[in-house]
Amino acid sequence: MTTRDTAPAGTAAPLDLLPEVRSDRAHQLRATWVVTRRELLRLKQDKARMVTMLLQPVLFIFVMGTGLGSIVDTGGGTDFRTFLYPGVLATSVLFTAAFAGISLVWDREFGFLREMMVAPISRASIIWGKCLGGAIVATLQSLVLLALLGTVGIPYSPVLIVELIGCLFLGALLLTALGVLLSTRIKTIQAAMPISQLLIMPMMFLSGSLFPISGLPGWLAVLTHLNPLTYVVQPMRHFTLEHLSLTAAEQERLLPVITWFGWEVPVGVQLGAVAVITLGLVALAARIFRTTE
Amino acid sequence: MSDTVRGPAIEAVGLTKTYKSGDTAVEAVRSIDLRVEAGQTYGFLGPNGAGKSTTIEMLCTIRNPTSGTARVGGFDVVRERDQVRRRIGLVFQQQTLDLQLTAEQNLRFHADLYGLGRADAERRIDEVLEMVALADRRSDVVMKFSGGMKRRLEIARGLVHAPQVLFLDEPTIGLDPQTRAAIWDYLHDLRQRTEITVFVTTHYMDEAEHCDRIAIMDHGEIVVEDTPEALKSSIGTDRIALRTDDDEVAIARIRERLGVEAGVHEGQVTIAVPEGAQVVPRLFTELGVHILSVTVTRPSLDDVFMTYTGRTIRDSEGPQGSVFPFAGRR
Repeated sequence: MTTRDTAPAGTAAPLDLLPEVRSDRAHQLRATWVVTRRELLRLKQDKARMVTMLLQPVLFIFVMGTGLGSIVDTGGGTDFRTFLYPGVLATSVLFTAAFAGISLVWDREFGFLREMMVAPISRASIIWGKCLGGAIVATLQSLVLLALLGTVGIPYSPVLIVELIGCLFLGALLLTALGVLLSTRIKTIQAAMPISQLLIMPMMFLSGSLFPISGLPGWLAVLTHLNPLTYVVQPMRHFTLEHLSLTAAEQERLLPVITWFGWEVPVGVQLGAVAVITLGLVALAARIFRTTE
Repeated sequence: MSDTVRGPAIEAVGLTKTYKSGDTAVEAVRSIDLRVEAGQTYGFLGPNGAGKSTTIEMLCTIRNPTSGTARVGGFDVVRERDQVRRRIGLVFQQQTLDLQLTAEQNLRFHADLYGLGRADAERRIDEVLEMVALADRRSDVVMKFSGGMKRRLEIARGLVHAPQVLFLDEPTIGLDPQTRAAIWDYLHDLRQRTEITVFVTTHYMDEAEHCDRIAIMDHGEIVVEDTPEALKSSIGTDRIALRTDDDEVAIARIRERLGVEAGVHEGQVTIAVPEGAQVVPRLFTELGVHILSVTVTRPSLDDVFMTYTGRTIRDSEGPQGSVFPFAGRR
């Protein structure tokens, strides 16, 4: 039983082993990556989660898409499911990413947060690690859905796939940051679930993911324009439909231009706006985290 | 061993923590002074709410003191927080493992956060797993571990980065007696092989016996601090209880021949003397009554604790009150 006999004699040197104090920035970056990697390891350990998270988007595309497809007029020959696909892809990261962010509440509840809090790392690296890790995990989980491109009549273009993955990651980071931000204020698991739902559902419906944002009544159009997720969904749809030959009528109906006070917002600016908002959310979360934990 | 050894492992001066609770300020820790020499095992005892946890949290840089200073491993807990953190290992009351990861993954995460190089991390992980006898379970998910195994893994993790000071907050709470004993075995083992300083809070008095020195804390202050032996001696004396044929005669002879006052408590003649075991032979030769049984009881740390905290002074002489004063007998 005792390991006294087998242990190497060299263990009597605890002090020599202390790592030298590294350059601070390098160590904090490394710490961020360590926290990020933990999220990936957890995903690997929990394969059931990968599968169950896929069910909902598949239902959306093939059940809801097929059902509604018969009554929705796309303005031409385009399948409603083709329209729906990019939106559903975006909503799939919406849920996984938000839950990845909220998992900070679980970390606190089950004690692991303390292990991170007492380590010689900055609070910001914990927050950045959680956000990046959650976003990568959510993006990875959605990748499987990209395999379905062909089933809804979209070509497997490498450029399109790269564009979609980029958008997915940005959207995932936005939602993870939002989840982490909530977690800095919400302390119990019981509260975390309903509050995150309260946030996710409106974001999903008001992003134009499930219906075209053309011809919405004024109040709905305003909310849609205020929702950051809109600027993830619309570029994704833009990239997807670009690869199909839409008629002018379809273009106008399915892919309306987004305007801010009459200015047509380019896709790049839309994505840039999301990036800025995301950075702001992470910074805010890190700030609250530093002062309250 | 290395140039980092300097002065005491832990040194606190006037350490104070005040909480605001509504309009009133609660003084959780009232200006305590502490000095723990390198290489000691230091026991920190006290009733619940005495301020132990707050003290340990200040020493571990989790909370900032309201006033006063503390240095751990030679570094200031407020101004040199990260240097202190690199030099301390922590084992909390509440478990802080990631249950979804394997034992090894938990340790690797820790090694990475503390900035160990790859080769150092590999070697230390092997060593600490070996030490707590979990080497064969390294690839198992922690969720499958028993309470004792998790606690051993946490101790192992606290040692991965080769700390100078290991803080253990109630390391054996909620564990069965065998596991408690095993954990102390590991700690002894550790002490023999390294010159680590161990700072441990516990409310199991038998465990405090393992410590080189003990501080007892109550109401935010350290009421006494010394070695376990000295503390036990300080409250005096051994107790001898005997059953005899004739208690009256026995009491009279004890007074006359031994010069000690005896009383009857719970049907037994009871005396208090400094070295109980040496008195027993004289009882047989000098009392002249038939002795049915003799029991010698040494003062325990329980007695010490009760004496100094005064929470529930347990009178070891029985309900009639004490025939020997607790303090100042030698």
